Amino acid sequence: MSRHEVVSPIPGVFYRRPDPDSPMFTEEGQTVEADQTICLVEVMKSFHSVPAGAAGTLVEFLVENEDVVDAGQPVAVIEDGG
Amino acid sequence: MKRLLVANRGEIAVRIVRAARDLGISPVAVYSSADADAPHVRLADAAVEIGPPQATKSYLVIDALVAAAKETGAEGVHPGYGFLAERADFAAAVADAGLTFVGPNARTIELMGDKVRARAAAADAGVPTVPGTPEGVADVDAALAAADDVGYPVMLKAAAGGGGRGIRVVADAGELRTAFPQASREAASAFGDGRMYVERFVRRARHVEVQVLADGEGVVHLYERECSLQRRRQKMVEEAPAPGIDATKREAMTADAVALSSAVGYTSAGTVEFLVDDESGEHFFIEMNTRIQVEHPVTELVTGIDLVAEQLRIAAGEPLRVRQDDVAVRGHAVEFRVVAEDPEAGFRPSPGSVGRVTLPAGPWVRCDTWLEPDSKVSPFYDSLLAKVVVWGEDRATALRRGGRALAEFAVEGVPTTAGFFLELLEEPWFAAGEFTTGTLEEWLAERAQE
Repeated sequence: MSRHEVVSPIPGVFYRRPDPDSPMFTEEGQTVEADQTICLVEVMKSFHSVPAGAAGTLVEFLVENEDVVDAGQPVAVIEDGG
Repeated sequence: MKRLLVANRGEIAVRIVRAARDLGISPVAVYSSADADAPHVRLADAAVEIGPPQATKSYLVIDALVAAAKETGAEGVHPGYGFLAERADFAAAVADAGLTFVGPNARTIELMGDKVRARAAAADAGVPTVPGTPEGVADVDAALAAADDVGYPVMLKAAAGGGGRGIRVVADAGELRTAFPQASREAASAFGDGRMYVERFVRRARHVEVQVLADGEGVVHLYERECSLQRRRQKMVEEAPAPGIDATKREAMTADAVALSSAVGYTSAGTVEFLVDDESGEHFFIEMNTRIQVEHPVTELVTGIDLVAEQLRIAAGEPLRVRQDDVAVRGHAVEFRVVAEDPEAGFRPSPGSVGRVTLPAGPWVRCDTWLEPDSKVSPFYDSLLAKVVVWGEDRATALRRGGRALAEFAVEGVPTTAGFFLELLEEPWFAAGEFTTGTLEEWLAERAQE
């Protein structure tokens, strides 16, 4: 079993859903694909999607929705079953 | 009005603080924790911290702003642009608290903020809108009849839709016969409603807007601004007067802007935006912005009228001082929006700490900015660093001066678009004033290939 940390590529505000009226991209405990968007980071009013980066189970988000994140900060943990 | 709360940040907050001071009004700033050291805070007489960096928790919190005004004894609130500037509920909350909102009333903001109602208001005032069916049409025969009225090429848009889904452009009746049933079926499955709007498709258009000032009794216009140079619907360069607009067209557009503003009983500064069809020369109302615009300085430089000061005077209950006959355009002004984005990396936003800062100055150069040496360019807000605005006796002189000013502009630490504008100034189509709303992106696409 290997552990993959998803990091924010940019500083900004972290969002777990595409807009306030939509459901979360994914929940803890769900299976994700490597290219699947798991969150957005807003920098200077532009939104950047962050992909999981590895296939597996999203075991934990490390920051809350709408928290402030730095570039390079881990935001989620994915474990693959291998 | 003796005290004014400036409910904004960045260069526009600095601009409003200065206008207030020029009129002998005491300015009060608000700031998020990210902006504690910002110049708009230092330049004001008092300042209130309203929350953490995220705008949704600070600059967008209506209750916090109204409370800040109350506790500092401010009688008026200027919303600037962006944030809450076009939120009818903010204007209403300010008025309900017994304070003066610097802008039109909540009812007008709401009317003009609703695309369908604004378009109907324009049509009622005799102002041309993009020709099209007021309601969706359900079958091909009705669509053919509508397209004949509107004139080809036409655009088919789902009546129940949005977000560009199901939009088709058709060149003639033959294409319409094939496209309509497909588009209508798609709309029916996506939105549960197969009716389609039939609207004129304007292939190449300029974005030209008219500035108005109104006190609820009278309306004057301050001529037009050309704002076609956009990337992803963000304006990058604006100028006044608009190249490619002749005296007859100018007269028609300004008269339409005044007619619409009068019809809705407009108060304060406002902007009526038009699309000008580059082929037919027709102009069509798109929307009205019920606030001060980012690009207002180009109008100030060619008319000599301080728009923010006039907003404050009107809000204080003074009748309009400017008479239409007194408004004249002298020379040419151009604004370049210098933003913290990297033109060599697809205009990627580039927050960070800056080191040295050299801002352009000298004859007929105005630089509206919040930037100082050692400023922090925050990831939380828009990327505008400075508006470099120049005046010249004619367009060629203004553009040459723009080049001089942009070459002086230097910021250490973050990439900016200042150098990119120097490249733009070398383009013959820009020098000739020959462009439409698609030109800048077409040029950027070519530039990326090289």
